[in-house]
Amino acid sequence: MKSTFQVSKIILFAIVVALAIFPFVSDSRTWTILLTQIFIFSILAMSYDILLGYTGIVSFGHAMFFGMGAYATAIMLDRFEPTIGIFVLSIAVGMCIAGIISFLVGLLTLRLKSHFFAMLTMAVSGLFLVLAEKWRTLTFGNDGFTFKAPEIFKDRMMYYLLVLGCLVLVYLLLRRFVDSPLGRVLIAVRENEQRTKSLGFQTLHYKVIASVVAGVIASLAGSLYAVSLRFVNTSVLTMDITLDALLMTIIGGVGTLIGPIIGAGVIELAQHYLSGLAKEHPIFERWIIFFGIVYILAVIFFPKGIVGTVKHLFWKRKNPIKIAISSKRKGIAK
Amino acid sequence: MEPILRTENLTIKFGGQTAVDNVNFEVPEKHFKSIIGPNGAGKTTFFNLISGELKATSGDVFFRGESLSGKSSVARTRKGIGRSFQITNVFPNLTVIENVRLAVQSKEKIRYQFFRHFASYKDLHIQAERLLEIVLLTSKANAFATQLSHGEKRKLEIAMLLALDTEVLLLDEPTAGMSLEEVPAILDVIKQIKQTGERTILLIEHKMDMIMDLSDSIMVLFNGRLLADGTPKEIMDNETVQHAYLGGLYDEHLA
Repeated sequence: MKSTFQVSKIILFAIVVALAIFPFVSDSRTWTILLTQIFIFSILAMSYDILLGYTGIVSFGHAMFFGMGAYATAIMLDRFEPTIGIFVLSIAVGMCIAGIISFLVGLLTLRLKSHFFAMLTMAVSGLFLVLAEKWRTLTFGNDGFTFKAPEIFKDRMMYYLLVLGCLVLVYLLLRRFVDSPLGRVLIAVRENEQRTKSLGFQTLHYKVIASVVAGVIASLAGSLYAVSLRFVNTSVLTMDITLDALLMTIIGGVGTLIGPIIGAGVIELAQHYLSGLAKEHPIFERWIIFFGIVYILAVIFFPKGIVGTVKHLFWKRKNPIKIAISSKRKGIAK
Repeated sequence: MEPILRTENLTIKFGGQTAVDNVNFEVPEKHFKSIIGPNGAGKTTFFNLISGELKATSGDVFFRGESLSGKSSVARTRKGIGRSFQITNVFPNLTVIENVRLAVQSKEKIRYQFFRHFASYKDLHIQAERLLEIVLLTSKANAFATQLSHGEKRKLEIAMLLALDTEVLLLDEPTAGMSLEEVPAILDVIKQIKQTGERTILLIEHKMDMIMDLSDSIMVLFNGRLLADGTPKEIMDNETVQHAYLGGLYDEHLA
């Protein structure tokens, strides 16, 4: 057991090192930008995994926190000097706003049953979208605005390394968070909320904590996203962002943290290549249809996601007897 | 002496149906009380009212003289009323040891610690292992709860209840649906808890020999009302009880 754990740690470390070396050996600008994008969405998808995978909360409004980060950073870099100091400060401001809003929204809505909660998050998120569209003096609405990023990020490689660093840091922090005693209670809430209550855990507190952590991390992803484009408009607050995070988490494997990273990679690459195929055949101009098909197939055949399925196969190989017994039991039950 | 648990005119209505009707009862500290009654008598509902899963329409529950009205199930567990469920209610996709460890974690008030790895709380693990030994589930510690047999799940329920280390234990048909071979193990566990003399236990059961063997007193519910309350002997000799409930069932059980 321990050795598999060690091996996976070494593999992860090797991958991170390889990714860190990548921009030094390759001069492909496209790949540097694409990977940066993947890392940013990995952070967003991991934050969504805290909600969906670990606490069992379905939110349709996660984009609002991503958007808060994006706007906080974009507005501050635009209005003040585009320096590293302001950049860091803007991330902190975005995270604080997202933390406060997710706390308030969570406190007011998480008492509700899951589907009502999902609907309400969609409504609140819609509210922020409308606000951003109407408050043109601040956001320039749907047209958005460009802004200058700190000088040092003109070098795409520097930005790539910064985002990779953030990804690793967020992964380690969230890993520790979900493996803490508090994280175990989050999983208990997902498994059986009523039972968790009867053990003496105030489940509402845990759901609010999960939603604040997810909101704050999503805001970081938003800040990084805005600077990577040096442009922001209301698209950062739309349902598409939430759905992307949802898809990445589900395809990669919920409740695994690594899964959403892989999911983000798969989806970003699929979007990149499928849209690129349009040159080959005009049918690929409608690449989104293929994307939909791939998604449906993935959910049908890999409901546990990529990482969940791989984990299950490993577990099956290790515990052949248990499987035999449990399937026998199922047979009897039928 | 103030009873540890007391109800006053406890009533709950579901629409027109009164499931628990004006029940006044009390149980002294470290007492073993069984609750019997035919199916639908309101026994589990009565437990749900005590543990806070349901809100009473009128009346109140008192724990050490303090009213529990308006207190959630979370607050009641923390005060010292723990319960097991009739329909097994565990965390299916967690391992057996993890199920128990969560309960131990709650008892140890390790609720919001978020930075140390849970495995570094070795004491939780040791306590959980000891509880699994008591209920004879050590060999299944690393199996997922969903893989357990019905009887094993009941044992897990009891381990989780014991882990909470509450003063009052509400046991809702701990042997329900168990095969005959599995019953003695559970019975032994309950006997052991009783022998330590540290807990107040309320037990809902249908197995009369078990009840006669264990109980200090028995209360009988019938159609939501308290029909009788007394020592096992008094209950056995009570004609109303025999007529309403024990007659058929007791004979059937002996046969």
